[in-house]
Amino acid sequence: MDLIFDAFKVRKSQGKQFVPDVRAANPVGFRGLPVISNTPCGSGCNKCVEDCPTNAIQLSPFSLDLGKCVFCDECARVCPSQKVSFTAGYRMASRTPEGLVMREGSNSLGPVEASEQIKKLFGRSLKLRSVSAGGCNGCELEVNAMANVNFDMGRYGIDIVASPRHSDGLILSGPISANMAVALELCYEGMPDPKFVIAVGACAISGGVFEESVALDRSFLGRFAPELYVAGCPPHPLSIVNGILDLMGHADGRW
Amino acid sequence: MSITNVLLANKSDLETLSYDAFRTRIKSDTVAGNRLVSFFATPSPSAPDQVGELHCVSIKSGRLCHFRSIWSSGVKYQQLTSEVHAIHCFEREVHEQFGLEMPGHPWLKPIRFEGKALKRMNDYPFYKLEGKEVHEVGVGPIHAGVIEPGHFRFMCFGETVEHLEIHLGYQHRGVEAMLPKTSLRKISPLIESIAGDTAVGYALGFCRAMEALCGLTVADEVESIRGIASELERIAMHLVGLGGLATDVAFLPGSSTYGRIRTAIINLSMRLCGSRFGRSWFRPGELRFPFLQSHRDDIRKTLGQVQKDISIINKLFQESKTVQHRLKTTGAVPAKLAEEIGLVGMAARASHLNRDLRTELKSGVYAKFPIDLITEPDGDCWSRGMVRLREIDVSIEWILKVCESLGDVEAGSRVDYSPRPNSRVVSVEEGWRGEVFHYLETGDMGQLTRYKVQDPSIRNWFGLAQAVKSNAIYDFPICNKSFDLSYCGNDL
Ligand code: SF4
Repeated sequence: MDLIFDAFKVRKSQGKQFVPDVRAANPVGFRGLPVISNTPCGSGCNKCVEDCPTNAIQLSPFSLDLGKCVFCDECARVCPSQKVSFTAGYRMASRTPEGLVMREGSNSLGPVEASEQIKKLFGRSLKLRSVSAGGCNGCELEVNAMANVNFDMGRYGIDIVASPRHSDGLILSGPISANMAVALELCYEGMPDPKFVIAVGACAISGGVFEESVALDRSFLGRFAPELYVAGCPPHPLSIVNGILDLMGHADGRW
Repeated sequence: MSITNVLLANKSDLETLSYDAFRTRIKSDTVAGNRLVSFFATPSPSAPDQVGELHCVSIKSGRLCHFRSIWSSGVKYQQLTSEVHAIHCFEREVHEQFGLEMPGHPWLKPIRFEGKALKRMNDYPFYKLEGKEVHEVGVGPIHAGVIEPGHFRFMCFGETVEHLEIHLGYQHRGVEAMLPKTSLRKISPLIESIAGDTAVGYALGFCRAMEALCGLTVADEVESIRGIASELERIAMHLVGLGGLATDVAFLPGSSTYGRIRTAIINLSMRLCGSRFGRSWFRPGELRFPFLQSHRDDIRKTLGQVQKDISIINKLFQESKTVQHRLKTTGAVPAKLAEEIGLVGMAARASHLNRDLRTELKSGVYAKFPIDLITEPDGDCWSRGMVRLREIDVSIEWILKVCESLGDVEAGSRVDYSPRPNSRVVSVEEGWRGEVFHYLETGDMGQLTRYKVQDPSIRNWFGLAQAVKSNAIYDFPICNKSFDLSYCGNDL
């Protein structure tokens, strides 16, 4: 009997935990979407390039590739002209790797274009299979978090399923270790058509901090180009959910 | 603060023993109850694919010890695993990395199929049982949940697991080869990605090693904030573990409540440093983000609420018959076995061993603010769950106490690194899972020549294999979750 009251207590203390509108959330303190100012760089200055651990920055003209960036903040602090500053913005997804490159004067990425086919086929029910191929458990924990009571992607009809046979999309995390390349491909082959890939995190998109490693085999991406790329190291669950909702053509994120 | 979890030596001062004395020392140390922390080889400067030196690191009456032997290829290596079981994973690793012959070694299975072994991963001959009713079950590398890959090969008799062979290496990213080639200025994000669930644990060990090498000191307050960050990581990951256990035994209030409490904790980390995983919070010699009154208020408020919420769910979880029934006596590793195979971290503490660097070495902030050692008696899934559940409470109390002692701390400024030449440094840190080990070696110009890292998982995976013996195969997910080991930490 006591147990029932304890269960009620848990339920009461839980209250309402879900983020009401994932399109308009405010992850306070999050070091997310950078803003690139129009201030010209000091002549000959390349401090950010020297300190950037993933070669995400190019100069003249200045660009910052979110597909490589690990959001370490080194460029922002070393820059004498405040060229880069990070905001709590979490809309960091694109249909192409090039779409993740930010240029001078930009304060957002372009909108993620909905895929008419994905919208039509999976717009109301999308089953995903996660494959970690060298992922450090950062992206994996955030992919898991999308399903928790806070982000609750299940309310939009998006679920993670246990078998490739039941899935429509494959969420890929990690730089694709050579030892995992075969299993990744077998998993994708095991999924019924039509199907697609979502690349989550800097490692999956560009190799991230492991780009220079010789123990990778990224040829999978050459054969099966992802439909969606979500930036971050690891990406915030809000970045992934929003990217997927865009892809599915969901007009708003309220529920 | 006195830092006792780091050991720096000039190349020439490091205690150097003959191979025979080295070997005898490891054996006698084990008999004397000193515990082995690491055993590894460094490459020969003239032939990088061959062993140059053998190193051993252990803890002797609360102090770190480090000694080596210079290897000469004319000597025959005599395996130690038959006598010192806890060294098995290290000998396997040395064999895999350098091809050092180890006649009589009971089990030289590759740890992670790196280098030349890479291609042999798919045709590896697993241990087999034969008999009419015996059957084999293979699981992975890809699993049902959102989790890293690894393969498990069971030999079962009916539903009972007679033998489990764990087959890892799928996550191998060549970390150790990359580390010395990466510039020190750019290396930190790579260190934080060795096992991304222990980003803070890895970063701190690296920072302290670098600080020793470069002669940098950080203020006591920064050490205190590092302690807070590390305990927040512990709380968050223990909550992941408890949520996972609850999910695996279909106890849904636990799964949702622990999950959302974890969100509160990692969002707190995010408000303190910008990342839910504490990434980029610390760099050698500096604190990257200010720690102000508003942050301390935030910590007090958030943790106060968590204390209230967690006590309610803990009570329900611990008193629930289904939870007790599934977890108690399942996957037990008795203390004697745990000691013998060298378990570390929270899994060791669940088997009643005193294995906690925070209380053994009492380094830095843990000397000023001692933290309670938590152990449980039975070594089963329940004990591993309870260690985690109780450690959350202890860590919260500890953070609140340390927080009280702190005033405002400003962020540091960019530090240039110039490590001393020809030096060796060892650094250990009690991450949430167990001890994270770093060894850095510098050459004539102070450049990194060897970087060895070790995740607690390399030692504890064998504990999982032992734990499931004679258990029903359907209890494997709970056993696996209760150990909560890292695949990429093992595979590097
Ligand atoms: S924040 Fe991104 S772009 Fe800036 S230095 Fe770090 S990795 Fe490079």
